[in-house]
Amino acid sequence: MSVRRDQTAVAPSQHADPQPAGGGKRVGKAVLTYVLLIALSVIFIAPLLWMLSTSLKSQQAATQSTINVIPEEVNTTAYETITRPGTDTPVMRWFLNSMVAATAHAVLVVVVCAPAAYALARLEFKGKRLLYAVILATLFIPPIIFLMPNFDIVSRLGWLDTLFALIIPPAAGAFGVFFLRQFFSGLPVELEEAARVDGAKTWQTFMRVIVPLSKPALSTLLLLAFLTNWNDFLWPVYVLFSPERLTLPPGLSRLQGAYTINYPVIMAGGVIASIPVLALYVFAQRYIIEGVSRSGIKG
Amino acid sequence: MSTQPEQLAEPGTLRQQHQREPAPVAAAPGRRLEALTPYLFLAPYLLLFTVFVLVPAIYGFWISLHSWDFLLPAKPFVGFQNYTSLFTEGSLTGFNFWQSMRATWTFVAYSVPLLLVIPLLVALVLNRSFPGRTVFRAIYFAPYVLGVAVIGILFRFLLDTNIGLLNSFLGALGIDRIAWLSEIPWVWVSLVGATVWWTLGFNAIIYLAGLQDIGRDQYEAAEVDGANAWNKFWHITIPGLRPVLVLVTTITILASANMFGQSLLISQGAPGNATRTAIMYIAEEGLGSFRMGNAAAMSYLLMLFLIATSLAVFAFFRRWED
Repeated sequence: MSVRRDQTAVAPSQHADPQPAGGGKRVGKAVLTYVLLIALSVIFIAPLLWMLSTSLKSQQAATQSTINVIPEEVNTTAYETITRPGTDTPVMRWFLNSMVAATAHAVLVVVVCAPAAYALARLEFKGKRLLYAVILATLFIPPIIFLMPNFDIVSRLGWLDTLFALIIPPAAGAFGVFFLRQFFSGLPVELEEAARVDGAKTWQTFMRVIVPLSKPALSTLLLLAFLTNWNDFLWPVYVLFSPERLTLPPGLSRLQGAYTINYPVIMAGGVIASIPVLALYVFAQRYIIEGVSRSGIKG
Repeated sequence: MSTQPEQLAEPGTLRQQHQREPAPVAAAPGRRLEALTPYLFLAPYLLLFTVFVLVPAIYGFWISLHSWDFLLPAKPFVGFQNYTSLFTEGSLTGFNFWQSMRATWTFVAYSVPLLLVIPLLVALVLNRSFPGRTVFRAIYFAPYVLGVAVIGILFRFLLDTNIGLLNSFLGALGIDRIAWLSEIPWVWVSLVGATVWWTLGFNAIIYLAGLQDIGRDQYEAAEVDGANAWNKFWHITIPGLRPVLVLVTTITILASANMFGQSLLISQGAPGNATRTAIMYIAEEGLGSFRMGNAAAMSYLLMLFLIATSLAVFAFFRRWED
């Protein structure tokens, strides 16, 4: 409530408040708001810093009950442990697998969904409405429904314990088509009509008019697909088994199982899994936040 | 929202590109190809969609009608036995399943209200214009870009009874150690807390987009009529957010009902199997023990519950509208 009152104070109509006493109150409230905002920021940042800090401690230092955010001495044993050749928990190998899978998956999603979404947004063909309705309806089926049958299908394709299982089946989801169709439908028709009058074929119109115009939407989808795949947990836990074939999320689960309370090692794995997505987030924050707020996906 | 206009502002370059194309000669084969074009655009996606979405949605049901062990060649048809056994007194699978459904329901009941209210408060603060607004928004959303695996191992460490950060803090305040990972109700506090920490920013961002669609003029008109802050919140903000509230409520319930990673990594189902969620049990039963027929039947039953819940949410909001 107090929050709302503050809002009226910064709204254009604030000059309606003639009392100087209100000014002091307003400053007080602004300070209070910042204190709250910063306290909340600490709650979000501290655990991540603690993960980083712990990964740079010896196991002994990490077990002390005193809270040292900055390690007394930087110790890289944890990182050496998980990068040692011949280890059962080859974290850098998982990193590479995750990178390959997420990149290939994201590219596949965009390449496959963009033409389909364009057809559904702009081209005329029989059964279009029904088809789109069916595709959309599948967005509401809980993912667990697909777990058993897709495991069986992937096994018949010989993709168990391979990255194909992570790259291809998840690209069939309706989200990419839904996301891009929304965007394409919002583009002005005039440009395509002009291209058509100039004699461009549908494919040419798509490649030369629509794709360049849609770069922001296509890159947003690329980013979201990459993030989703990088973080995917349930599916890879069950379709990947060999230590050298895992991606990071099922790998972290193995790491936890193997090192139980050797937290520096487990946290080092967490740091390695977090760096690429946090870096991506820092650089492409606006795209990611806008993409999410426009579509409302939830992992 | 703002990405679109920027890119539209350069149609000149585009025109140049396609003006180079010569006018087509209306040849018959070309025409036929044009009629096929929409299907060619759709073909790659539809292939994937058919193999990995449409077929499995039905194939899964087929599996649920069989005694389907992945490792055994014989998979006899058993009709609805996998379903009825879940309702049979004394069936171990039935007991485990309903216990896991109860865990899922408990998690939904605790997490959803918090994930509806706290992000709304955060969004209301972030909706005002003040210096640093986008920085705070970015910080609050940041955990969401991390996967559940990172969240899981991190919170298991933070909440460790003996060497966890939280108990160290509480110890400094003179509070005894709490078994965050293994004792009811603390373990629920842990799972819900970690989830709120992780996904609060997501819901806040969706709310924020909704708040920005409510016209300034509505608030100003209300002010002219002498409305106070509470009136404005209740009569403008909440009704204006109605479609967004439906969306956020639905996706939050579904996401919480799908909870898996937090339980697997933070509490590992403890104590006993009290925090083993339905998804966790179904996945273990189907792909851990390979009793896939049972697991498929459970997943369809879970889906029925989720459909019923979603319909209830829609009914609630429709009633509210009237």
